[in-house]
Amino acid sequence: MSSTVLERMLSRAALELKDGQTVNLGIGLPTRIPAFLDPSITVCIHSENGIAGMGPVAPAGMADRNLIDAGGNYITTVAGTSYFDSAVSFGLIRGGHLDLTILGAFEVASNGDLANWMIPGRFTPGMGGAMELAQKARRVVVLTTHVDKNGNSKLIDRCSLPLTAPACVERVITDLAVIDVTATGFLLRELAAGASIDAVRAQTRAPLAVAATLGSY
Amino acid sequence: MRSKLAGLEDAVSAVRDGMTVMISGFGIPGTPFTLIDELVRQRPRNLTIIKNDANERGMGIDRLLEAGMVDVLVASHIGLNPRAVEQMNAGRLRVEFNSQGILAERVRAAGVGLDAVLTDIGMETQLAEGKQRVELRGKTLLVEPALHADVAFIHAEQADPFGNLRYAATARNFAPLMAMAARTTIAEVEDLVPVGSIAADHVHTPGPFVQQLVVLPELSEAYHVFNRA
Repeated sequence: MSSTVLERMLSRAALELKDGQTVNLGIGLPTRIPAFLDPSITVCIHSENGIAGMGPVAPAGMADRNLIDAGGNYITTVAGTSYFDSAVSFGLIRGGHLDLTILGAFEVASNGDLANWMIPGRFTPGMGGAMELAQKARRVVVLTTHVDKNGNSKLIDRCSLPLTAPACVERVITDLAVIDVTATGFLLRELAAGASIDAVRAQTRAPLAVAATLGSY
Repeated sequence: MRSKLAGLEDAVSAVRDGMTVMISGFGIPGTPFTLIDELVRQRPRNLTIIKNDANERGMGIDRLLEAGMVDVLVASHIGLNPRAVEQMNAGRLRVEFNSQGILAERVRAAGVGLDAVLTDIGMETQLAEGKQRVELRGKTLLVEPALHADVAFIHAEQADPFGNLRYAATARNFAPLMAMAARTTIAEVEDLVPVGSIAADHVHTPGPFVQQLVVLPELSEAYHVFNRA
């Protein structure tokens, strides 16, 4: 993926974060979103290992050995940071106090089912906090490439992989499009620069409705 | 006051063959590397280890796996440790995966005298397979039993001889929960201060939950910033 495409995805994903929200950004692409936030808004970034109010990755040589995010990156604090134990951290998630999570995906189904934690026989690391984030965040957005490394669509009619959580995803942001999960399936909302409706349809293995007015990014 | 200060060898000898040991830490922060290394030296067998993750190769509980001391690992994520994945796939290590926050609550439940927690986490996923279900107020919930341990190993930044503990930043994670959940809690501490030096409002784990304190003379390499590049 070119850096232009990557930055376009991250900039678009950053628009999902609203002033005053508490959000959790999944390991991988989502953790790179904060650099693209509108500087006029303030969000509280939570990481499930026990911090709310997470700052950027620590500059080289400035890492604090006791301060990491859930992905193991050495991070920094912001004004207002708090630390807590793992029970409190997941209480924040399950208790409905997390406004938004943005996660990666192996598969997203047109009914909102998400598979992002295991590939039987190949990738079995354990779910970590993924199930609780997917099932209990007030809003779940997926940020992912539209197709996997082999060119297979990640947006499909029904997940073939073990689920992380059923019917949880509300929106998918990819390198091609922004697609919402609605009661009747996928709905194309926005096209990435250079993408066409036909191209998105060709790369999506499920019926795709198209919104009356299409945005772009 | 009876001091809880103990020598490293003596404290760790509380762990015997077949016991269940909880170990604090999420990645490097909060992992009691010194207690674990001494456990490797003493080499009890057939252990059940309860820890969030399997650390990384060459450090923390990876050394227990390498030494073949572990029969069962109760964890939420082992993806950073290829040896753990390999032993699991080869059938040499039984791994019981828990959703991370449910792992925390099962540990907490044991510590606070509750027999189980009821939750809908993992419902309609393979996590729910084989689990007892109950109906409550019109909802179906999974029964997640309390997780007890014979011994807990935890790491704290600061302690007083009464066992009041304070943790640093994200090194807190599972430590306060595990400290409550084991019959014997052994805390390795970086800094021992006189009783009364930790302000009452700043105590994270109250002394009654802690049985033994091992003061670390120095921090080995494992505790320091790890450069993965």
